Amino acid sequence: MNRSDWPLWEVFVRARRGLSHQHVGSLHAPDAAMALRNARDVYTRRNEGVSIWVVPAAAIHASSPDEKDPFFTPAADKVYRHPTFYPVPEGVEHL
Amino acid sequence: MRSPFFATPPATTMPDAAAYALRLGDDALVLSHRLAEWVAHAPELEEDVALANISLDLLGQARALLAYAGAVEGAGRDEDALAYLRDDRAFTNMQLVELPRGDFGLTIARQLLFSTYQRMLYARLAASSDETLAGIAAKAEKEVAYHVDHATQWTLRLGEGTAGSHARMRAGLVAVWPYADELFEADPLTDRLAAEGVGVDPSCLRGEWDAAVDGVLREATLERPEVRPAAGGGRRGLHTEHLGHLLAEMQSLHRAHPGVTW
Repeated sequence: MNRSDWPLWEVFVRARRGLSHQHVGSLHAPDAAMALRNARDVYTRRNEGVSIWVVPAAAIHASSPDEKDPFFTPAADKVYRHPTFYPVPEGVEHL
Repeated sequence: MRSPFFATPPATTMPDAAAYALRLGDDALVLSHRLAEWVAHAPELEEDVALANISLDLLGQARALLAYAGAVEGAGRDEDALAYLRDDRAFTNMQLVELPRGDFGLTIARQLLFSTYQRMLYARLAASSDETLAGIAAKAEKEVAYHVDHATQWTLRLGEGTAGSHARMRAGLVAVWPYADELFEADPLTDRLAAEGVGVDPSCLRGEWDAAVDGVLREATLERPEVRPAAGGGRRGLHTEHLGHLLAEMQSLHRAHPGVTW
């Protein structure tokens, strides 16, 4: 099989219960079942995770670097949009 | 002239449990080495990592089993002495695991046969009255469940893939199948240990193994090849010409630099 026949998959791993899946990298695999197994071997053999998602890279729509300004800069100067005026109770993690 | 094939195997003074742990450890060690040979040669980078992981699982099992064999023997041989300082006639692995790695089809065929057997063996050994063997088997069984899955997934894909992948998978099965009978060969050692509840009678695994492997082959549109069984004898120290070459490579560093670390 020609290497170019194997599609690219993006891999998301959840480190432990309560956390969301994080993007960890990508890999090639012939299908979703093999992509999950490859992800297990490549990304989770040192106790990194309890759950894996694989997504065909072709299914991801990404924002363009050219759109950076209209997309993101308007948020920078509106301090009232950031929840910085609330005290965070002690012991709350991952906020 | 002394023919190596008719020479008496080296007399073993090992207690039964040690000889048994040594067999299982030798299987794991030799197959671990064969799989490690794929590193940097697998069809895909991802498969390189997968085979290396399986190899390392087996190496871990081999270390535990050889260390235990040495401890029970009580002659001062540790896992390194058993792995690196025995000659091929003193290895008691079955011949299936020492065959050269061949192509990817052969490797997957061997993995399917061996991992399916090993999982069934460990599942029973986890109930052994020997606590150490039971512990090693219970831990290893989880690892081997993944090895079975890996081999199964690839057998299905190669069998149902292209005409080329189907032919290679079939050729792999033809090459390894003569060595399948040895997996289930009982002998006085396994008879004694099975009676004591320490070991497993391998012949009792055959029916379950046949059903499992036949099921995968059927789904993969492959057939069990019609081949004559090989002579066997690995458990008695009789090996194919390939084991000596494997050991020469595996043992050379330790023999040239005894006790070397880095």
